Order: sequence, then structure tokens, then C-alpha cells
Amino acid sequence: MEPYLFYVMAATSVVAALYLIFEKNPVFCALYLVFSFINIAVLYVLLEAQFIAAVQVIVYTGAIMVLFLFVIMLLMVDVKKKQKDDLPFQRIPAMVMGFVLLVVMGLAIKSKLFQGREGEYTSAKVESIGHTQLIGKLLFTDYLLPFEMTSILLFVAVIGAIILAKRKV
Amino acid sequence: MIHYLPILILFFIALGFALTNVGISEILGRKRPTKEKLTPYECGVEPVGSAHERFSVKFYLIAMLFVVFDIEVVFMYPWAVAFKSLKLFGFIEMLIFIGILLICYFYIWKRGGLEWE
Amino acid sequence: MDKELFVFLIIASVKIFIVFNVVQVMVIAMIWFERKIMAHMQVRLGPMRVGFHGLLQPIADGIKLLFKEDIIPAKAEKILFVLAPVMTLVPALCTFAVIPFGEAINIFGYHIDMVITDINVGILYILAVSSMGIYGIVMAGWSSNNKYSLLGGIRSSAQMISYELTIGLSLIGVIMMTGSLSMVDIVNAQSKMWNLVLQPLGFIIYAISAIAEVNRCPFDIPEAETELVAGYHTEYSSMKFSMFFMAEYANMITVSAIAVTFFFGGWHGPYLPGVVWFMLKLSFCLFGFIWLRSTFPRLRYDQLMHFGWKILLPLSLFNILITGLIMVVRGL
Repeated sequence: MEPYLFYVMAATSVVAALYLIFEKNPVFCALYLVFSFINIAVLYVLLEAQFIAAVQVIVYTGAIMVLFLFVIMLLMVDVKKKQKDDLPFQRIPAMVMGFVLLVVMGLAIKSKLFQGREGEYTSAKVESIGHTQLIGKLLFTDYLLPFEMTSILLFVAVIGAIILAKRKV
Repeated sequence: MIHYLPILILFFIALGFALTNVGISEILGRKRPTKEKLTPYECGVEPVGSAHERFSVKFYLIAMLFVVFDIEVVFMYPWAVAFKSLKLFGFIEMLIFIGILLICYFYIWKRGGLEWE
Repeated sequence: MDKELFVFLIIASVKIFIVFNVVQVMVIAMIWFERKIMAHMQVRLGPMRVGFHGLLQPIADGIKLLFKEDIIPAKAEKILFVLAPVMTLVPALCTFAVIPFGEAINIFGYHIDMVITDINVGILYILAVSSMGIYGIVMAGWSSNNKYSLLGGIRSSAQMISYELTIGLSLIGVIMMTGSLSMVDIVNAQSKMWNLVLQPLGFIIYAISAIAEVNRCPFDIPEAETELVAGYHTEYSSMKFSMFFMAEYANMITVSAIAVTFFFGGWHGPYLPGVVWFMLKLSFCLFGFIWLRSTFPRLRYDQLMHFGWKILLPLSLFNILITGLIMVVRGL
């Protein structure tokens, strides 16, 4: 059952991502990305990472993509107007680079470089403690400094947002 | 994982229900379109200009602030779940976190980020 | 497929079927109750003609809507215009999956929990799914190619994201005391005392934010008829129009069910069975929505945003800190 669900979800998320690239209307692009994100959230559930799945939906699709849509609607007054390709000379180098990246990724997957060792927290253990409980315990003891750093990082983001939006009054 | 399958079933039932509703009105409703019926409603006057106008930058700012605060809220959930085992140490951690958040909040307030004049 | 999984899925399907239909009936009943209660509060009678005291009025309305002409404006984005009501209604109906509505029972040797499914991240699931509802509203506003629709959609989504924050923050106090995100655990923790007693501030913040989140009076600015005609669904007709209404009422039931689960002890109560207590508490919350609508005037948009960001947000952070402080002082 699980492998089939994985293949269906993985395939739909890749197809949605492809549509996102080839779609001309930016509003549709954003919606395809939303769809892809939701599929990825289901993949997290299949990996027993329920909290990450919920956060994926709440933060990425519920917050960041709403911002994207706002920006698209703010800037693209007439989306039906044909977009001019400003950088045609980029096409061939981009194709070459894309191909190289694909080869590197293929080699990396084949070389078993990323096959990790089984750590302290196996999926059975995660299930018995509860995913959120475990994240809470680890984040606020072992990974305390990165957590507090995050709040400063978000502060910097807020300063950036305010300065951008309130540049001239 | 097995506990998530009912959600999938419910999703497909809800989707089927919604699509049926859309389809039913397409089939049952009679169709006599006229030019006036198909123009956007603007109090009976001929529509002026396009509806896809630019709108105020304030909405954009609210969305940006929402992203930041939403991430902070999401961080508080695992903390709240583990709070009983973290005890005083966890409380002080969250005090620092909310402290930085409040500095950030008052900065937004002072710079007029929350004003809707 | 092994037998255990098969039985689990069958039981789950039956529960889904029942809950789905109960929600539909409640939505229809809500429309009648809202019209009748509001009418009597305003010293009118309300619908009286169709059936006993207008009982069949919602059904008559439904049939009328079914046969109405389905207008899609010529300049609208056709695909999105049709999909927008679907994108609003589906998340609204999916949230009911994790709400516990009664105590567990045993039939034919099977242990059946009175909840469609009890997942580890229950409340986060509801918050995540309900945050998807924004897309339907934004898309309805944008695809209609109507100025009122666009303004209504944008206003509505800005309001929903602002109050989503305070909803998320107001529930943290309860989660700190329970130590779990599962809705079933939260209900079970209240068998002695309701969380309302321990988290009064949290409840007030939640109640206000929830009313704003579902765009109900006095926060129904996105569809303020005096300035925006009907907001994001100005151009909609026929069943598509009624789907926005179904979604609104389903969302009202969801936020009321969360209030019952988090603050009113869920299905716990003396003498009567759990399901009855749950429905009674739910009806009380839903009555509150109608009561508020016939009592309060509408706020202005700037007042609404000021209230959310300048009063409720700091207040909900204060609630979290004070809850934490009391728990630490009292030795958890």
C-alpha cells in the first residue's frame, strides 16, 4: 500500500512542478506549486514525519504561497499580455547546466553516498514517543542555539520587509 | 500511517460532492445568456477599466508579517507539547524567544507597519 | 489487504458517511435557525409559508438554487471561476476528520472511537487544512474580473491570515497543559474540569478570532453589502453561490467544534450520552454566532486590522507566558 501511495504522490508532485515551469499565467503557476507542496506533505506523512507534514502545509502553502499570490496580483496587472523573453542567450547554457546537474544527481544516488546509518531515533521509536513530542524535546535541549538564532533571523526578515514596504512615506 | 487513510477517503468524498454540485447546476440550470448578464456587476453602470487593478501595498506587508509570525507560532507548538518535561528551563527559553519577538513587534509598530490610515 | 486494515477502513468509511451527512443536515438546519432566531430577535416572524413555521424553507431554497441559471461572466478566468467554490468547500468539509464527538463504544467485539480518525497532530491538521480555504476565496475574487469581488477577496484573505495567527496562539495554552496535539487526548484531559476555567483569556481570544476567521458579523467586512455588494461571491449564481454558503456554515461548525473540544470539555458531561452533550454544546456555540449577528454593528476594516494586530496578538502572547509562569510556579 505505502509504496503505491508514494509513487502516485511523487509522480503527481513532479507533474505539478513541470506544469509550474511550462505554464504562462503566473497565477496558475502559483496554484501548481501549492498542489505540489500538498503532495510533498503527504510524502512526509508516509515517512512518519507528521509534524513536518503539518508545518509544510501551514507555512509553505498557507503562508508563503499566499504572499506569492499577493505579489503576483500586486505586480501582474494584465497577465494575459505576452511576456517577452529578456534573456534568450541564457537558454543553451541553462540546458547544459541542467543536464550536468541531472548527471551529478544520478551519480550521487548511485554511489550510495547518502545512505545514512541507522541513528538513535528509528521510525518505531518516533511513533511510540510521538513525532511532535520528540521534536519539542530535541529542539529545546540539544538544538537550543539554532532555535534562538531563528528568532533573530526572523527579526532581520521583519526589518527587511518593513524597509521595503515603507521606503518612502 | 494507517490513521491517515480515512482523511484521504474523506477528501475524495468531499471533492466528489463539490464537483457534483458544480456539475448539477451546469446541467439543470437553463442557459439564456445575454450580453448584459455576462458583464461584471458594477451597480448597473458600464464597467470602467479592468478589474485586475494594483492594490494597496499594505496587504502585501500584512502577508509578509504573517509569514514571519506564522513561523514563530509553528515553533511554539512543539515547545507547548514538550513543556511539561522541559520545566523552568523551557520557560526561560520561550521567554527569550518571545522577548525577541516582542522587540520585533514593537519595531514594526513604531515604523507604522500596523497602521491602516 | 489484510483483515485488520480492511475492518478499520470499513468502520472509518461508515463514520465518514455518518459525519458527512450530519454536517450537511446541520448546515441546512443552521440556515433555518439563523433566519428564525434573527427574525424573532428583531420582532418579526421570519419564513412561515413553506411547511410548519417555514421548516421546509431551506429545501425550497435549495431546489430554487439548483434550477437557477449558472452565469459565468464573459471576461472571467473560466477554469478558476469554476474551481474556486470547490477549493473553498473541500477544505471546509475535510476538517471534520479529527473532531471527537462521543465516548468510545464496543459493538460486535470491535472497539469504535467516536472520531473519524485520531491522529497525533490533530489540531495542526485542522489549522493546516482550514488555511487552504484562503485560496478559494482569493481565486473567486480574482477570477470574477469584478472590482468588488477582487477587493472582497483580498480583504477577506488579509483578515483570515491575521486572525489565523491569534487562533494558533490562543490554543497553545491548552496544549501546554495537555502535552498533546491529539484532539482525543485534549478531550480526555478535561474529564474533571473544563479548560474554560483554567484558560479564560485563551477562550476569549479564540472566540473573537474564530468569528473573524469565518468572516461572521461583526467581522463580516469582506461581504459588507453597503460597500462591496457581496464581496468575493458577487458574480456567483446557482449552486456555485450556495457552495460558498455551505463552506461558511461548515467552517462555523468546525470552529465551534474546536471551541467545544478545547474549552468546553468535548463530549464529557453527566447523565446523558457523550454524543448528546457534544451536540448540545455545539448548538450553544452556533447559537452564539447568530446572537452576535443580530446584536452587533459591523466594524470598519482599519478597526478590524488594528484590533487583531495591536490588541489580540500581544494579549495572546501574554496568555502563553502567564500560563507557563503559573505552571512553573505550581510545579507543573
